[in-house]
Amino acid sequence: MNLTLKIWRQTDAVDKGKIHTYAISGISQDMSFLEMLDVLNEQLNEQGEEPVAFDSDCREGICGMCSLMINGEPHGPEVTTTCQLHMRSFNDGDTITIEPWRSGAFPVVKDLVVDRSAFDRIIQSGGYISANTGSAPEANSVPVPRDNAVRAFNVATCIGCGACVAACPNGSASLFLGAKITHLGELPQGQPERWSRVVDMTAQHDHEGFGGCTNIGECAAACPKEIPLDVISQLNKDLRTAMRHGH
Amino acid sequence: MANPVTTPGSKRPTLVDGARASRTSIALKLLMALSGLAFVGFVLGHMYGNLKAFSGHDAFNEYAYHLKELGEPMLPHMGFIWIMRGGLLLALIIHVACAIELTRRARKARPVQYVVKKHTGAIPASRLMRWGGLTLFLFIVWHLVNFTFGKVNVETGETGDAAGDPYNLLVDTFDVWWMTLIYLVAMAMLGAHLHHGVWSSMQTLGLTGTAEARARVKTISFALAIVIAGGFSLVPIAVLTGLID
Repeated sequence: MNLTLKIWRQTDAVDKGKIHTYAISGISQDMSFLEMLDVLNEQLNEQGEEPVAFDSDCREGICGMCSLMINGEPHGPEVTTTCQLHMRSFNDGDTITIEPWRSGAFPVVKDLVVDRSAFDRIIQSGGYISANTGSAPEANSVPVPRDNAVRAFNVATCIGCGACVAACPNGSASLFLGAKITHLGELPQGQPERWSRVVDMTAQHDHEGFGGCTNIGECAAACPKEIPLDVISQLNKDLRTAMRHGH
Repeated sequence: MANPVTTPGSKRPTLVDGARASRTSIALKLLMALSGLAFVGFVLGHMYGNLKAFSGHDAFNEYAYHLKELGEPMLPHMGFIWIMRGGLLLALIIHVACAIELTRRARKARPVQYVVKKHTGAIPASRLMRWGGLTLFLFIVWHLVNFTFGKVNVETGETGDAAGDPYNLLVDTFDVWWMTLIYLVAMAMLGAHLHHGVWSSMQTLGLTGTAEARARVKTISFALAIVIAGGFSLVPIAVLTGLID
C-alpha cells in the first residue's frame, strides 16, 4: 500500500505545531496502524529527521495508552484501539490525517503524545473503595446479584484511553466518569463512599477543565470498549441522589 | 495540580476545595433540563390553543379572551397570564444562563480544534442546539412583538389594538407568505431542538439507565418534536392555503 500521511508535529508543549505531510510506501495490509507508524519512523530516522512521537504500551488493546485521532475518529474507523487497528481498514492511495487528542485537560507533550494524568486525578479523587487491612475476606461472604455483577464488569472494561473526551464536541469526560461511577456503584463494596464519590469525581472532572455533557453520543460511538451511554444517565442520577443526601 | 487538601470545617478531604453537588456542571445541566421541560409543557398548551383557529373566528377569540380571565375570581384579571409570563421568564433566564456557561466551558475544554473531525454517533439535531437555541430566542422576540406586546399586522401596517382581534391578526399575518415562511423555519428549529432536548433532559435527570429506556425516550422525543412542530405549523399552512380565512 502507498499512503499519504498528514501528521500533527509539535516539538514540545509550548510549540504551536502544524500538520506535516509524508508519503509512505510498501505498507502491508496485515500491519497494525502503529507498525505502519514504526515504518514511517524508521524512514524518518534514515533521512535524519526527528521521528514522530506517539504513545503505545501493551499493543494488545487493554492498556489504554495508544491514543490517535485518525481521520477525525478516535482510534480510527473501527471499534477498537489504535494498536488493534490494521491497515486492511484503509485503501491503497488513501490520505490519513493523524492528530493528538484535543482537550485543554490533555495538553500535548510532543507530536501525538498527550498528558492524560487528569484522568488519574479524577480516579484519585474518588475512584476507590475502602478496604480493611488484614487477611483477605472470604470472597463469597459478600454476594453480588448477577445483573449488578454483569453491569459492573461491563463498564469496568473502560481502559481510560480518553477517546470519549477526544470525540466529544464539548470536550467532556462524562463517559469515563460514568463508567467509573457505575462500576463501583453497582457493587456492595462501592456503597460506603457512593455519594461522596460522585460529587468528588465530578468536581475534579470540572476542575480539570473538561466540558459539560450535552448527551450527543459521539463518546459511546468512539469508545473502543463499547461503554454504553446509559452510564452517563447513572452518573447524573447518582449526583442527583447525592444532592438529596446532603452532599 | 495541588496536593490533596483538607479544608477546615469540611467533613472529608477532597482534591477540589469544598466539592459540592450543587456546584458541579451536572447541577447546571439539571437546571437546563428542568427549565427546558417547563417549556415543553408550555408549548404543548400553546399549540392546543393555536389549533382552536380551526374552530373559527369566535371560538379562537373566546379562547384568547378566556385566558385573561382564567382563575377569576381567585386570581385577578390577567392573573393567570402574568403568572405564566413570570414562570416562563424565569425558565428562560435559567435556560439561557446555563447554556451560556456550559458553552463557555465547552469552548475552553477544546482550545485547539481538529483539522479533521467526524461526528459518528451524533444526530444533526444534537449539534444544532446552540445555534438553534439562539434562533429560537430571536424568533420569540419577534413573535412577542408580532402577537403580544406590539401586535404588528404586517399586512395592513396597523399596530396595537388597530391590528385586529386575535383571530384576524393571526389570519392577516399568515396571509403574508414570508411571515409563514419565518414561522415554519422557526418551527423546524423548535422540532430539532425538542428532538434532542427532550431526550437529553431525560438522560440528565438520570431516567435512561438501560438500553431499552434509552430507545424508548428517543422515540418519545422524536414523536413529541413531530407533534409539536407539526401542530404549530398546521395553522400557518392552513391560512396560507386558504383553509382558514
